[in-house]
Amino acid sequence: MDKWPDNRAWFLVLPAFIIVAFSGIIPLMTVVNYSLQDIFGPGEAVFVGTEWFKEMLGNYRLHAALWRQFLFSGLVLLIEIPLGILIALAMPKRGWGVSASLVILALPLVIPWNVIGTIWIVFTRPDIGLFGVGINSLDLLEVPFDHTAKPLYAWITLLAMEVWHWTPLVALLAYAGLRAIPEAYYQAAKIDGASAWATFLYIQLPKMRGVLTIAVLLRWMDSFLIYAEPFALTGGGPGNTTTFLSIYLVKLATMQFDLGPAAAFSLIYFLIVLLFSFAFYQALLNVGRGEKG
Amino acid sequence: MARIELNEIAHSYRPKPRSDEDFALKRIHHVWEDGGAYALLGPSGCGKTTLLNIISGLLNPTRGQVLYDDKDVTDLPPEKRNIAQVFQFPVLYDTMTVFDNLAFPLRNRGLAGRDVERRVHEVAEILDLAPYLKKRAAGLAADAKQKISLGRGLVRDDVAAILFDEPLTVIDPHLKWNLRRKLKDIHERLKLTFIYVTHDQVEALTFADKVVVMYEGEIVQIGSPQDLFENPEHTFVGYFIGSPGMNFLDCTLEGNLARSNGARIALDETVAAKARGIQGKLELGIRPMHLKVCTEAIEGGVPANVKAIEDQGSYRIVIASFGGQILRARLPEGRHTPSDQIWLVFPPEWTRLFVDGRLIKA
Repeated sequence: MDKWPDNRAWFLVLPAFIIVAFSGIIPLMTVVNYSLQDIFGPGEAVFVGTEWFKEMLGNYRLHAALWRQFLFSGLVLLIEIPLGILIALAMPKRGWGVSASLVILALPLVIPWNVIGTIWIVFTRPDIGLFGVGINSLDLLEVPFDHTAKPLYAWITLLAMEVWHWTPLVALLAYAGLRAIPEAYYQAAKIDGASAWATFLYIQLPKMRGVLTIAVLLRWMDSFLIYAEPFALTGGGPGNTTTFLSIYLVKLATMQFDLGPAAAFSLIYFLIVLLFSFAFYQALLNVGRGEKG
Repeated sequence: MARIELNEIAHSYRPKPRSDEDFALKRIHHVWEDGGAYALLGPSGCGKTTLLNIISGLLNPTRGQVLYDDKDVTDLPPEKRNIAQVFQFPVLYDTMTVFDNLAFPLRNRGLAGRDVERRVHEVAEILDLAPYLKKRAAGLAADAKQKISLGRGLVRDDVAAILFDEPLTVIDPHLKWNLRRKLKDIHERLKLTFIYVTHDQVEALTFADKVVVMYEGEIVQIGSPQDLFENPEHTFVGYFIGSPGMNFLDCTLEGNLARSNGARIALDETVAAKARGIQGKLELGIRPMHLKVCTEAIEGGVPANVKAIEDQGSYRIVIASFGGQILRARLPEGRHTPSDQIWLVFPPEWTRLFVDGRLIKA
């Protein structure tokens, strides 16, 4: 093809470019800039190259936070995805029940993160919380339930919060996927004598692939970036047992003012999220797609 | 294989049907003989698919019974009826290979190993799917996918009948012909009962030995393609079959003549005699290909004005108006195009008389 004689049309891209620059590229580059310098105060900065990256990659606190984070996100996905699918399968398909269940499901989604934290703290408090008082009155636990008392309790509370808050999203996505399956598939399955399990495995699950990919990606990223809930609950404790990556990052950046290491850490954090999102996306896109034999 | 009998079937999608209008199927009483190739033809919304779903068991009729070889199966679910159904668009198990797709109905019924292998290979051979057996079904073209849907029915050697619900809708025109030919082959080879739903008359007429025409929830005629064309028992059949459909003129009876807009048209004597005693709205019908076009005044010819000429490729259709009613006539090949005034001749042997939509038989 011939080259365009006039390239002024590129100016039309300019507004979008400026918006993206200010919302993404420039802040990111600032972080890159910080990550390469040691900043003592205004105007006093020393170029340190990759030193902060080396330091952060070898930092055992970061390692611990990272593994904690993987465990948390992994558990979140393992609970929320199957649970969301189950809820979607159990939801009514027509009639007034559809709107009712959609509204009930959507309720947790519209509550802000730190309010969720507060709700659950009150709910699980050992002195006044319904759950805390309830479970302790049964007298089953060796250590009475108190999310500040034992790491396990803090984790259970955090997971409960996260699952309560976000499983509805997975359920809504899965429900949308299920509703989009044409009736003929179910009819064919009936005629072929497929069991309910086979229908789920060979029709419903493959047809939900698209929405489940989105659900996994969203829940993975969101849970990997979790901040408000553990911050509201224990601020990262007891000890460091709920100090996830973003909690640690904020401690580093705003409490200790280690801007350089924090910036290097941010970039590593960003790359991990990006890498895993890409891996999930590719895996889910291709699962069960390749040619056999 | 089975003979399928529909005993006074009626179906309504409303829980409490009151009037006749609440019924998608009004009254269907029909026997599908074992090994027949039937087409169920009708416009969209006439109840074809409803009827098909009642036969396969996906729907339970509001009234009546379905019998397979004299055994009442009305309350049996589809998987117990040994029926196969091919849907409008290909229904496949996307994540499975072609082999697994074909084996699926067998495996669900507890068959395993050798038997499955043997049946699947047999069917794949018949359907020309053998080279694709190891491929993933999702990647194939629409016609191959539709063959797989059909194959899932054929693998079961006890299959009572195969039902097709407009199976060629999504197939490219040049492949349609091939696939239709293939279906016919399979029917001749396996002698299974085929019931083929379509709104395309060409498909119905080329596929079936017997065409069942449905209109507004009722069967209006069952017959061979030729019957439907020459002796439509209902004005709807006349209008629906043939391209363009039959011409109809409102008329009154005068001895052996039909009077319409002042013109007198001769009728078959026995038909006229039968019609004389009957009360109701009379209509006269004739196929465009039977209507003779003359460019000069002729004894018994009805004068009409040419409105337009439609070129249909291999022949032309004259659209003429006669006393405010439109008539279509097929021009014989090589005839020069009439310009303005023409005279139309209604040969009595091809002129049909209808009372309230029903044919008066000679």
